[in-house]
Amino acid sequence: MVTLTIDGRQVAVPEGTTILEAARRLDIRIPTLCYHPLLRPLGYCRLCLVAVEGAGKPVTACNTPVAEGMVVHTSTPEIEEWRKGIIEMLLSQHPADCLTCEKAGDCDLQDCAYQAGVKGPAWKAEVASLPVLRDNPFIVRDYNKCIVCGRCVRVCLEVQGNAALELVGRGIETKAGTVDPAGLKEAGCVFCGNCLQVCPVGALTERAGEGRGREWELKKVRSICSYCGVGCNLTLYVKDGKVVKVKGYENPEVNNGWLCVKGRFGFDYIHSPDRLTKPLIREGARGSGNFREATWEEALDLVARELREIKESHGPDVLGFLCSAKCTNEENYLLQKLARGVMGTNNVDHCARL
Amino acid sequence: MTNSIADIAKADCLLVIGSNTTENHPVIALKVKEAVRRGAKLIVADPRHIELVDWAYLWLRQKPGTDLALINGLLHVIVKEELYDKEFIAQRTEGFEEVKLAVEDYTPEKVAEVTGVPAEDIVKAARIYAAGPRSSILYAMGITQHITGTANVIALANLAMACGHIGKEGSGVNPLRGQNNVQGACDMGGLPNVLPGYQPVTDAGVRRKFARAWGVPELPKDAGLTLMEMMRAAEEGRLKGMYIMGENPVLTDPDASHVEKALQGLDFLVVQDIFLTETARLADVVLPGASFAEKEGTFTNTERRVQLVHKAVEPPGEARPDWQILRELMERLGCPSPYSSPEDIMAEISRVTPSYAGITYGRLEEKGLQWPVPAADHPGTPILHREKFTRGRGLFQAVHYLPPAEEPDEEYPFLFTTGRLLYHYHTVLSRKARGLEEICSEPVVEINPQDAEGLGIQDGQTVEIVSRRGKVRVKAWITTRVPRKVVFMSFHFWEAAANLLTVPALDPVAKIPEYKVCAVKLEKVTA
Repeated sequence: MVTLTIDGRQVAVPEGTTILEAARRLDIRIPTLCYHPLLRPLGYCRLCLVAVEGAGKPVTACNTPVAEGMVVHTSTPEIEEWRKGIIEMLLSQHPADCLTCEKAGDCDLQDCAYQAGVKGPAWKAEVASLPVLRDNPFIVRDYNKCIVCGRCVRVCLEVQGNAALELVGRGIETKAGTVDPAGLKEAGCVFCGNCLQVCPVGALTERAGEGRGREWELKKVRSICSYCGVGCNLTLYVKDGKVVKVKGYENPEVNNGWLCVKGRFGFDYIHSPDRLTKPLIREGARGSGNFREATWEEALDLVARELREIKESHGPDVLGFLCSAKCTNEENYLLQKLARGVMGTNNVDHCARL
Repeated sequence: MTNSIADIAKADCLLVIGSNTTENHPVIALKVKEAVRRGAKLIVADPRHIELVDWAYLWLRQKPGTDLALINGLLHVIVKEELYDKEFIAQRTEGFEEVKLAVEDYTPEKVAEVTGVPAEDIVKAARIYAAGPRSSILYAMGITQHITGTANVIALANLAMACGHIGKEGSGVNPLRGQNNVQGACDMGGLPNVLPGYQPVTDAGVRRKFARAWGVPELPKDAGLTLMEMMRAAEEGRLKGMYIMGENPVLTDPDASHVEKALQGLDFLVVQDIFLTETARLADVVLPGASFAEKEGTFTNTERRVQLVHKAVEPPGEARPDWQILRELMERLGCPSPYSSPEDIMAEISRVTPSYAGITYGRLEEKGLQWPVPAADHPGTPILHREKFTRGRGLFQAVHYLPPAEEPDEEYPFLFTTGRLLYHYHTVLSRKARGLEEICSEPVVEINPQDAEGLGIQDGQTVEIVSRRGKVRVKAWITTRVPRKVVFMSFHFWEAAANLLTVPALDPVAKIPEYKVCAVKLEKVTA
C-alpha cells in the first residue's frame, strides 16, 4: 500500500493507483473529460491537472500513479485558472447549441463548465463547420461537437478491438473520425455503438432518439437485452409510451455497459406497426392467413374449450406445448404448469436446440 | 456455463469451438479479446474464417462435422504426453482409464486425415490447452447441432476434466446460449423430461412434491415428446392440438416444409406471440402477447444469472403480458391462479425449485444472482463444480466420432452449414427492427472463390441451392471465409429459408437437429 495526502487528508491505496482514483476514494472531485474508468487514461484533456508538492509543474491526475508520501493539492487558484482556460478553449470551438443538442443534460462539457463557473467561450475560434454525418441507420456523427477526448477511439480499439476510429486532422482541426474516410461501414465498424456510450458530448448520438425528447424528460427503466443469451443489462429511455433509445447499463458482472448492434439499436420492433394488438380467430382455410378480431373473452373461452375437448376425447398426450426462450421465467413456469398440472402431459419443449 | 462471463478474461488459454462469438455473442467476444490482450492464448476451432480467427494464436480449421475426432485427438495427445492432471483425476473423477483407451486410436495423423487439421497443430493445441494453468472452453451450436452433439459436449467435458480445468477461476466448460432466456426456459421445466430445476418427471418423489404444490392429484410420469418429435407426431396424426408461445418453428426447424405440413394437420393450434409469424398464420387462435419492455419478470442468462426486467411501456392495443394470458387460461381450465404479479409466480418457483430457492425479486435488482441459490442468504454460485460435481465424481465417458448423417456425394457435392449473422437474430425480431433490416436486408450464401470459379458464379449473382428436401434462391457472396466445398448460409430470412434445405437428422440423446451439416448442389440461375 502507498500512503499519500490529498488536500490535507491521508489515504492509503494499492500501488499503481492513480491520483484520480485515490482522490475519488476520498470523495474529492477532480474534473475530467477524456477520462473513462473502463478505458486507458491518457491525460489528453488536461482538465484533471493537480499540483504535487516538489514537482516542477502540475500533473494529470488520471494517469499519474501515486507515490509514497506524495502531497497533492487538487484545487489551487492557479489550477482553477488552468481548468477554466481549458474549458473556455473547448467552448471556443464548440457550437453554442445546447438549446437543441440531444446531449444537453447529460453532457460532461456542460457539467464541467457549470462546476467551473464558465459561462461561455472567452473568444470564438475560427474553425470550419463540418457536415453532420448520417451515413448509417444508427449513429449521428456531429464532429463539430467533438472535444478530441479520444474516448471513442479508445473504446473501439481497447474494448471492441475493431480500430475503426482514429483521430484525424491536425492542430486545432483535429477531430475523431473513421480510419477510412468513406464512412463507418467502410472503416470496419460493427455498429456496437460503444463509442456513443462513452462520448462525453453530443458528437455521437443515437439516430433513433433524435428529436424524441430531452434527457430530463426521459424515463429510464432498467432492463435486459432481448436478443442473445449474454443477458446484457440495458437502460431503456422512454417518452410518451415509447422506447426512444437504449444505453448499456454498467453491471460489471455482465456487460459493463457495453452492447452490440442488436441490443443497442435493434429495439424498435417493440413499436413495429406489425405488432399483434387483438386476439385473432381463424376464418377460412388453415394457412390462408384470414383471421377475424375477437375479444379476449371469446378467444380464451375458445382455447380452453378446445384444449379440454381434445383432452377428453383423445387423452392428454395428444397435446403439445412449446415454451419460449423469449418469454420470462415466470411465463415459462406457468406454461409448463398448464401442460403438466392442468392438462396432464409432459409434451413440453421449446427451441433450446435450434 | 460452468463459469461466469467476467471469468473469461481471467483465462490463460481459451479454446473457442463451434462459436462465432463476435457475431452471435458479441459482448462475450469482448471478454475473449480482453483475455487475448492480457496475454491469453486463443485457440479457435472453426471451419469458417470467423473474426476471432484474427485474434487467435492457433486456428484449427476442421471440416464441419468432425469436431468429435478433433476433440478426441486433443485428448489423445494429452494422454500420450501425460499432460493430464493426475491429482484432479484421482480425487475428483472416475472412468478415466476407459477414456484413455478410447482415445488411443485418435492419433494426430489419423485425426488430421478426418478433420483436415494439420497433425502438428493438433499437438500444439493440446499442449497449450493442457498447460493452462487456467484454460477455458467456450462452445456454442457449432458443437451441438450435430447428430453427435451430446457426444461432442461429453468429449469437451472429458478434455476439461482430464486437465483439471474445471471448478476453478478462468476455466470450465462454457456453452454460450443463443437466446436471452433459453437458459431460463430450460430451468423452468420447458423440457419434456424435467420439472423446474431439472427435477426428473420420472421421479415419484418429485412428482408428489409438485402435485401437492399445485393442488392436483397426480402428474404425468413418462417423459414427453421433444419439439421435433411433436412435429413428427403431428404429421402422423398422433398429436392433435398444440399451444405455441413465442416460437416460430416453421422457419427455425429443420426440413421446414414438413413442419408446416405437420402444423397444418393439427385439429387445433394456438399461437401466442407478438407478431403474426409464419407459424401464427397457421393457427386457429392467435393471442397477442407482450414484448420484454412491456412486462415485469426475470430472464436467466448463459452464466445462470437470474436478472429482472421492468415494464417500460404499455403493450400495444389489447395485447397482454404473457403471464396474464396464461393465468386467465389456467383459471378457465379449473386451476386457481391467484397470481397478482410475476413476483408472486417467482415466490412459487422458489418454493418448488431448489436451485432458485433463495431467489426473491428484492435480491435481484442490482446485479442479479447466479443459480444455484439454495437459500435466502446464499450469495449465488459464479463457478460450478468447485468442490465436487453434481453427481459426486466427474464421470469420464468414452465417445466416438461418427460421420454426419448426410455427407456430400456426387449428386450433392457441397457441404451446407448454417448459422447466424451479427445483424440478425432468429427469424422475427431483428427483421422488424428498421436499422438492422436496413444494414442487412437480404440473405447471401458464402461460397469459396475456387468453387465459384468452377461453377462460373460471380459475386452477387443469384444461385439456386438444392438439397434432397428443398431448394432456395439466394445471392452469392464469394469469400474465403468458407473453405472449398463448404457453403454457409444464415437461417434468418423467410425469402430464402435455409431450413428448407437442412436435414432432420437428430442427436439420439438431446434430439437436436444436425443444422451444421447436410449436402447440397449449387446451380447458377440464368435470368
